[in-house]
Amino acid sequence: MRSLAVRRRREWALAYALVIPALVIFAVFTFYPFIQNFKLALYQNPPYPGLPSHFVGLSQVTSTLTSTSFLQSLESTFEFVLLVVPIGLFGGLMLALAAHKKLKGMAIYQVIFSSTVVSSVAVAAVVFGTLMDPVVGLLPWLGLNPHPAILSNPTWALPAVAVIAIWQFLGLSFIIMTAGLQSMPEEVLEAARLDGARAPTMFFRVTIPLLSPTIFFGLVIGTIYAFQSFGQIDILIGPQNAAFTHTNVLLYYVYTALSVQNNPGLAAVLSIVLFVILLSVTLLQFRFLERRVHYASN
Amino acid sequence: MAKVLFEGVSKRFGDVAAVDQLDLEIADGELLVLLGPSGCGKTTALRMVAGLEEVSDGSLSIGDDVVNDVDPKDRDVAMVFQSYALYPHMTVARNIEFPLRQQRMDAAERTAKVAEAAGTLGLGELLDRKPGQLSGGQRQRVALARAIVRDPKVFLMDEPLSNLDAKLRVQTRADIVSLQRRLGTTTIYVTHDQVEAMTMGHRIAVMQGGKLQQVAPPEELYERPANTFVAAFLGSPGMNLLEAERVGDKLITPAGEINVPEHLSAVLDGPVTLGIRPEGLHLSTSGLAGTILLVEMLGAETQVHCSLEGGATVVVRQGHDAQRPTLGDPVVVGVDAAALHAFGPDGTRVAGT
Amino acid sequence: MPATEVQATTRPRSHSRKATLKTVLRYAFLTLGAFIVLFPVYMAVVNSLLEPSQIAHQPPPFFPTNPQWHTYPDAWKGGSLGIYLRNSAIQTAIIVAGQLVTSILAAYAFAFLDFPFKRAIFFAFLMTLMIPFEVTVATNLTTVTSLGWFNTFPGLTVPFLATGFGVFLLRQAFLQIPRDLKEAAQLDGYGHMRFLWSVAIPLARPAIAALGVFSFLGAWNQYLWPLLVTGNNNAVRTVQIGLKQLLNTQLDQINVSLAGTIIAIAPLVLLLIVFQKQLVRSLTAGAVK
Ligand SMILES: Nc1ncnc2c1ncn2[C@@H]1O[C@H](COP(=O)(O)OP(=O)(O)OP(=O)(O)O)[C@@H](O)[C@H]1O
Ligand SMILES: [Mg+2]
Repeated sequence: MRSLAVRRRREWALAYALVIPALVIFAVFTFYPFIQNFKLALYQNPPYPGLPSHFVGLSQVTSTLTSTSFLQSLESTFEFVLLVVPIGLFGGLMLALAAHKKLKGMAIYQVIFSSTVVSSVAVAAVVFGTLMDPVVGLLPWLGLNPHPAILSNPTWALPAVAVIAIWQFLGLSFIIMTAGLQSMPEEVLEAARLDGARAPTMFFRVTIPLLSPTIFFGLVIGTIYAFQSFGQIDILIGPQNAAFTHTNVLLYYVYTALSVQNNPGLAAVLSIVLFVILLSVTLLQFRFLERRVHYASN
Repeated sequence: MAKVLFEGVSKRFGDVAAVDQLDLEIADGELLVLLGPSGCGKTTALRMVAGLEEVSDGSLSIGDDVVNDVDPKDRDVAMVFQSYALYPHMTVARNIEFPLRQQRMDAAERTAKVAEAAGTLGLGELLDRKPGQLSGGQRQRVALARAIVRDPKVFLMDEPLSNLDAKLRVQTRADIVSLQRRLGTTTIYVTHDQVEAMTMGHRIAVMQGGKLQQVAPPEELYERPANTFVAAFLGSPGMNLLEAERVGDKLITPAGEINVPEHLSAVLDGPVTLGIRPEGLHLSTSGLAGTILLVEMLGAETQVHCSLEGGATVVVRQGHDAQRPTLGDPVVVGVDAAALHAFGPDGTRVAGT
Repeated sequence: MPATEVQATTRPRSHSRKATLKTVLRYAFLTLGAFIVLFPVYMAVVNSLLEPSQIAHQPPPFFPTNPQWHTYPDAWKGGSLGIYLRNSAIQTAIIVAGQLVTSILAAYAFAFLDFPFKRAIFFAFLMTLMIPFEVTVATNLTTVTSLGWFNTFPGLTVPFLATGFGVFLLRQAFLQIPRDLKEAAQLDGYGHMRFLWSVAIPLARPAIAALGVFSFLGAWNQYLWPLLVTGNNNAVRTVQIGLKQLLNTQLDQINVSLAGTIIAIAPLVLLLIVFQKQLVRSLTAGAVK
């Protein structure tokens, strides 16, 4: 016979044993480096690697935040996000609505539309890189031959990489929208139809409002995705051309600061900015989830 | 097989005493019903026996052992949950077998036991189905089978019939009783349905606000309620209660006088609460004055609600051939004084009655 | 499908003709969508089978008249794709297995056990959802290097062995399991670990499968971290980085690069075909609703 206190302490021990593996990983690879960022941001790295970095206080933060390259990077990031998210979501929604019907062949269409979710940035970049090539691609054939070539063109490079990101995001967007449609109460739609609602009314007054939590969810996921895309830019444009072509999005800037310029201080400042932006977005997501999630028990 | 003993058992959730100083002995082989209104602590008392809820105070024994600190799994009790708690991903056979797999028992023996339990409850045809493919009554029987297959010391049942329709409930009620009598397993059965309690229990323990009010066999509970709560709670409708004062050989109420009956004459003095079942009242020419408030026709009988002078309301039970009174009419309610119960100012039954 | 036919015959004629037109339009739209989605991949397949001289041809060929199947073995050998795929498979398997194990265990503790600082620890887990991996990269590179894990599988995988999203998803799934089941099992003598194994995991299988698929896609498609943490020899370089390299080193052989790309994507297409419904369902049950 074991006493209650012993039993409770055993439960605690078990609980900690279960939680600790994840907790250790998070502590070492998420919290520690996250906190380090705030320290790194206060140190400036010398222009040549190998020399010691020195403490500069907030001056690096202010100089970074006011630099033209940062402001341009911020602008490129928002432009990119504003292109990718709305178009990706709208496309996914249209495809999901079209495929949400019990007709022959829908399963095949659904797999096709979901398919881009499996493509990595590298795959997407390689595939589209060929199509957008100034010599072997489709563009010359279509009579579109900007100069400089599209991926080196300050006007067109960003939309071009956005197209790649949109294509890639379309699969996830479609899956999210389909999930939303499938969990929509069928009766409400039928009732609206019986009430004589016409197609546009149905769509704007019934379908869209009912789907709004899904669309919002997609918006948040899409925004996070878009903020974190930079592989296309790295593969197709590269660090030398990114600034010139206005495609130096924030995360790519972090990457180049780190591995091309060898400047962890700069990378840390940029990381914090990126975190603040993403935090605002994620907080929205949590307020939304909090309202939505129901528990069956308790 | 074992008795269950509560000695001064309390359970507190923060400031709320869900069960308050409970003293109760359930004899070996007895079916005891825990009855009471919603929130009175029945489930909590049951869960303490199971070990799912810790005892805050007092001592709880199963058999001869104090089990306050014993792990649920070591108590050898089986519980039938209100929700049935069947494992949705397992077949009926696997569900019934599940408690046995934990004991070191070989497969052949397990299969035999499952077949026996399933046979007892008429589940033979359903062994390969999943709970999702069963009706409510069938699920209920699977839950019972899972409890009996282990042959535990004590069965605990928490409103196991509340999810069934009225007809199935009557049927299953009878099944549970005959099963319990046959197996002879000590059983604690929780319900807030007094018909269930009256028909099933060897004894009934009535609880209210975490406190035990009375524990007695059904007839005694009905015939000699220990206090006004039990009196009013049991029966449908419950006992009528009237404030009165003894003066000489009269019981004076605002609506009129009643002669002190013989069985009360020696014990009553001063203010008293009188109790009388609806069948102890009749519409008459002499007795208590009032008006007709409501007439409920229930087929075999009619319940006449009367508002007495002075504000008390009583219900009179009439046979269905009696003349039907009209709403709002003045009425005189006759009292069968021999059927009167008497409760003191604190609500407890007057001693010696 | 049969339902619509029945409707069509019982409704007035004009109605049914309108319905048919609608269906035709729907299929037209769907096919157009499928075309847009698949066209880039189709062109990649076509281009991978062309001779180098044909690729630059105008107008571009939309069908390989003389398919060069050898580009696939070429890509396989020339780009060390076999090694990259193997590395990616190992990396992905470690991450998926690790994430499933750590998430299941932690989620169980949060859903079924009580312990001091439970809320604080859970909040910390949720916090990780708000910190993108990318902002931790600089320090992690230092950490991994100082652990001697640069260019090793531990370096590639250990930072990803836990996921806040996974813990959250599975905790939600476990909370859906009625408490009565836990208590019934407890009375029957089942401890936590056996309950987890024989009841909680089977009941949460859809959520676990969905987490598995998301982990798989996330791990397989990782780009930034493998780029930083793998060295120039091919010891642990993953296929994504291999593709970038293939593109850089085989500029004159676009067809071979594309063949390599298609080889790299094939396992995932198979995965998708098997799990597409599951993916949708996981979102229906969990995140969206
Ligand atoms: N876990 C808990 N925490 C706090 N209070 C509780 C808890 N469980 C029960 N209570 C309180 O204890 C009291 C008794 O609850 P209990 O569930 O035992 O009632 P019951 O008699 O079974 O009622 P019912 O017939 O509605 O099932 C109630 O006031 C209830 O609110
Ligand atoms: Mg209860």
